[in-house]
Amino acid sequence: MRMLVPLMVLVPLLGAALALVSSRSPRLQIAISSSALSASTIIAGLLVWQTDSNGSTAIQVGNWAAPWGITLWVDRFSAMMLLVSSVVLLSVLVYAVGQGIADGNRETPVTIFHPTYLMLAAGLFVAFTTGDLFNLYVGFEILLGSSYVLLTLGGTGARIRAGVTYIVISLVSSVFFLAAIAMVYGATGTVNMAQVAERIGELPDDTALLLHVMLLLGFAIKAALFPMSFWLPDSYPTAPAPVTAVFAGLLTKVGVYAIVRTETLLFPDSGPGGDLRTPMMWVALATLVVGILGAAVQADIKRLLSFTLVSHIGYMIFGIALSTPLGLNATVYYVVHHITVQTTLFLAVGLVERVGGTTSISRLSGLLRRAPLVAVLFFIPALNLGGIPPFSGFLGKAGLLLAGAEQGGWVVWVVIAGAVATSLLTLYALMRVWNMAFWRSDAELEEGYSSQYINTLVENPDDAGEVRTEESTPRLMVSATAGMVVVTLALTIFAGNLFAFGDRTASEITDREAVISTVLTEEATHG
Amino acid sequence: MSASLTLIVVMAVMYAAGVYVLLERSLTRVLIGFMLIGNATNLLILIMSGRAGKPPLMSDDADPSTFADPLPQALILTAIVINFGVTAFLLALIYRSWWLARLGDQGDTVVLEHEEDAGLAEEVFSETSEDDDALHEALDASEEYVEEAEAEQRAIVQESTDPNHRKPGEHERHRGEES
Repeated sequence: MRMLVPLMVLVPLLGAALALVSSRSPRLQIAISSSALSASTIIAGLLVWQTDSNGSTAIQVGNWAAPWGITLWVDRFSAMMLLVSSVVLLSVLVYAVGQGIADGNRETPVTIFHPTYLMLAAGLFVAFTTGDLFNLYVGFEILLGSSYVLLTLGGTGARIRAGVTYIVISLVSSVFFLAAIAMVYGATGTVNMAQVAERIGELPDDTALLLHVMLLLGFAIKAALFPMSFWLPDSYPTAPAPVTAVFAGLLTKVGVYAIVRTETLLFPDSGPGGDLRTPMMWVALATLVVGILGAAVQADIKRLLSFTLVSHIGYMIFGIALSTPLGLNATVYYVVHHITVQTTLFLAVGLVERVGGTTSISRLSGLLRRAPLVAVLFFIPALNLGGIPPFSGFLGKAGLLLAGAEQGGWVVWVVIAGAVATSLLTLYALMRVWNMAFWRSDAELEEGYSSQYINTLVENPDDAGEVRTEESTPRLMVSATAGMVVVTLALTIFAGNLFAFGDRTASEITDREAVISTVLTEEATHG
Repeated sequence: MSASLTLIVVMAVMYAAGVYVLLERSLTRVLIGFMLIGNATNLLILIMSGRAGKPPLMSDDADPSTFADPLPQALILTAIVINFGVTAFLLALIYRSWWLARLGDQGDTVVLEHEEDAGLAEEVFSETSEDDDALHEALDASEEYVEEAEAEQRAIVQESTDPNHRKPGEHERHRGEES
């Protein structure tokens, strides 16, 4: 069973190599990438089951013992992230294949799309399985390198422009992270996360604080925290719909994952340099409020969703800043919820674009009548993201607010107020999309319906103002989106199990002694 | 842990220069800035390995304090490879961006990469090849001038006895047209 951990990374890597070699045959590429990602999903499922019943697994790559070699380490949290990300990657792949078949591969040139997509998957899985800071950096670089290619697919003017912003920002964050690793190595003499955690307690307070801030800066740019979030709405929406969906779901969450690891394993409350909880609260509040205010004035649905994406990262940071077991538990649930829902919404918007010919709500109308299925597929995740009771968005937010109320303190209450307002504003922004794009009739648009609110909406700067409607909606794209909607609904149905899992996860990731002993005393001979 | 002051100063200068250049608008300068910062970070890792000048790994039973720490060097090697890949990608991106900038307003409307773009691409490439031609002609012309001067000298000396003598300039111009 321990071999499953490296397989998680090897399968998509080998798939990428095979897909690259078979670039002459698109069908073979599709077969390779879908089977590689299906295999990853199965492996991730097994890992979740295994870590939940037997506890975390550590494996020493190349049989080098822990502090010297590279450690791969999977606990409940990383196994859950692996499972969710492989499910998301698989359904988005199906969606992209559907779109590629319909368009004659116009938006997703298959020859390079499949290998790059699998490399992105491999990079994500490296980041989620590693127990070594430098290997985490390598994982980040693998997934960022692939994301540069995916974001600039086709190389149109708008994408190159967006790509330049994204790439330069990502490079800066990588440099921060690498410099932080160098300093951590200088201070502790190791890059193994467990050993760093063991030695960080012996550092003087100011050194530890410096390392802590440097690491958080690198991760915060990746996770798009305020004030390092402005690059995101300018870069994600220009990519092809499936690429935007994957980026929105997964890339920022890698940053959140790394922040969770930093906060729980490397710099816990009690240790030196650990007291960044209050600043993080304020960052969470600013991320929530500024992000959602941006979303409230967007006319372009993709941009609007990018702003809600930025905003909702604040919820997870709030949970991490609480760092109580309940807070972390709710954070784990919220990460899972947010990955699936945000991806689903972007996939649904891809469908809206095909039906309506544009993504600007000032030019969309009558979609409910024209495409009722697409309307349903948009409506459910929209309510979900807005936090309407039966859905997972409500459960996640309720969990976070409950954890906050339990802890108390005026800062926490201010953030709670901001979180509730953000939830309402999310609902407002999404329901306006619903009212304008789906609910109002075509006649209303033709009559030149206008109101004060519509006139203040900000259009996408790259929007040429055209409407293309001749495109079809392939069944494969619709079923991939429907599948994701079902997954988001399953998060509600299995919420009890997930929260119980989250509870075990929270107690596992806060138990640093156990982590350290698992990673460092694992016998190398089994690897 | 002791570190070399020279390396620290070099690193600081590289960081400062790198950040300054990174903030420029021109993409090639951004690339230079990124390379400076990336290499400054590599230096930072090297500085963290302690004082330079010790021998590399010697034998199994050697005292760890007598040889240099090999891990930062491995880390730097990995970081260099990653920087190399990213630099290559950035160069391609800069070239593409330059290519699109040449299209002007048309660049924003290039959407159908594989259909309509083919025509546009041809257009642009012919434009660039015209440029190349002009450049070659200019270069040839300067060569021609030199060669003509030489030929004249030779002509004066030999008094041009061969009627089939081909001017060197003609040959050069012909080559310019081919490319």
